[in-house]
Amino acid sequence: MGTIIKTEDLRFSYPAVEGVTPVVLDGVDLEIEEGSFVAVLGHNGCGKSTLAKHMNAILLPSGGAVYVDGIDTADEDKLLDIRRTVGMVFQNPDNQIVANVVEEDVAFAPENLGIPPAEIRQRVDDALKAVNMYDHREHAPHLLSGGQKQRVAIAGVIAMQPRCIVLDEPTAMLDPIGRKDVLRTIKALNRERGVTVVLITHHMDEAAQADRLIVMAKGKVVADGAPKAVFSQVEELRKVGLTVPQTTQLLWELRQEGYDVPLDALSDEECAQALYELLR
Amino acid sequence: MALKDITLGQYFPGNSVVHRLDPRTKLICVVLYIVALFLASWFITYAVMFGVLAGAIALSKVPPKSILRGLKPILFIVVFTALLNIFYTPGTTVLAQVWIFTVTLEGLWRAFFMVIRIMMLISGTFLLTYTTSPILLTDGLESLLGPLKKVRVPVHELAMMMSIALRFIPTLIEETDKIMSAQRARGADFESGNLIQRAKALLPLLVPLFISAFRRADELATAMECRCYHGGEGRTRLRQLKYQARDYMTLFLFLATTIGVGVLGHFGL
Repeated sequence: MGTIIKTEDLRFSYPAVEGVTPVVLDGVDLEIEEGSFVAVLGHNGCGKSTLAKHMNAILLPSGGAVYVDGIDTADEDKLLDIRRTVGMVFQNPDNQIVANVVEEDVAFAPENLGIPPAEIRQRVDDALKAVNMYDHREHAPHLLSGGQKQRVAIAGVIAMQPRCIVLDEPTAMLDPIGRKDVLRTIKALNRERGVTVVLITHHMDEAAQADRLIVMAKGKVVADGAPKAVFSQVEELRKVGLTVPQTTQLLWELRQEGYDVPLDALSDEECAQALYELLR
Repeated sequence: MALKDITLGQYFPGNSVVHRLDPRTKLICVVLYIVALFLASWFITYAVMFGVLAGAIALSKVPPKSILRGLKPILFIVVFTALLNIFYTPGTTVLAQVWIFTVTLEGLWRAFFMVIRIMMLISGTFLLTYTTSPILLTDGLESLLGPLKKVRVPVHELAMMMSIALRFIPTLIEETDKIMSAQRARGADFESGNLIQRAKALLPLLVPLFISAFRRADELATAMECRCYHGGEGRTRLRQLKYQARDYMTLFLFLATTIGVGVLGHFGL
């Protein structure tokens, strides 16, 4: 499959304040494969949210370029094409929901695209079923839980039938149950519908579930690869102020003590297996 | 003060004939009803109008009690209007005269009908908001005012603003509650003191509320752009408004009543 989002030497800075130009993105080169599940990990202020906002032309590069499905995001005439290709979900579900009935809100994007009412109905039902909120279609959004609201927000984006969804810390404001539900929904979208997912997060365990992990620090990509490979670089990650998952941490410390254990055992089961092999 | 008790644009969900009418029909009917109320002049015409109102309330299955409750806040205005009409209507049949105040028979009648008119006016409009959900109401308004787009009235934008305002009322109320609790926990006092002191206590509440409202607005605007919002041009709707046979019948009935009341009122009946 082809590349859906491509950034070339992407640079972004805010206007200078008192002679200092705050550089947020400092030369990012990325290619995101269609159908993949990519996590972007980094500390607050590392530029990951700014990167996300470049992926559907909410922000335009100060230098370099971003291409969505081959279209330069700076091309204003193609703005709607770009935004219906790459959907975006934000942190606070309350501030993304437009209507006071769930299904009306999900219908918002297709309505904007001028789709005939009968097809809107079909898309709304389909999107609500995909996030498992169909039974709540006639509820008022403010009466739902945080996780449910965020799933409605995701449905609102799916109804556009985008090929890629960028989620900017979608679980940051949710309780553990809501987090799990949202993450399960995201994974199902990727596996079952082949939607490309870019998940911006600072949770290690969420990042570990992706196919590919990009670590950012100070506006640059510092590591890029399969989660197992990235997390094995324990010292490099520590340098940019990130901790590694507890499993990797444990194995790494054992290695420091001179034991021969693999570093790429990421899940609890794999880690337990590695320890079992060691003790046997 | 329980903020959650505030109800705005109260809506009684239901499935009565009145509920199922097209919102546009109801809006037009309310306008016709108001016009007719001002054309009514004496017992017969007011009786007809009362019949229309009572019939509509009965069909809507909204408890009449809640409509009466809605009249409470305007009691002051009603009394005030009544007094003004009693004392300031010039007439020939003087009933009583105290100092500069003169009470005439004409004034009494006029006050009586004015009170009835105001109460019926408010009841009628209440019935509209009681039986129509806010979304349908804004949809109806947008559709009815549609022709004004030609003279550059931003109808779609106004309707969008209204529906977003309605959407955010519960969210902002919840937020206010939270800020109040947070400030109470740090010793703020919202309950005691006179009116001015209480108003002053509310000031530190409004500042964070406003800041957060602006932040929300900014985020919402971005989220709307992400979902391809680009104004009302070329927009379709999930729910199409469609006039049914019952809408035409209702409209015809109201139009006939208004004309009838107008004619009767003209002859002073």
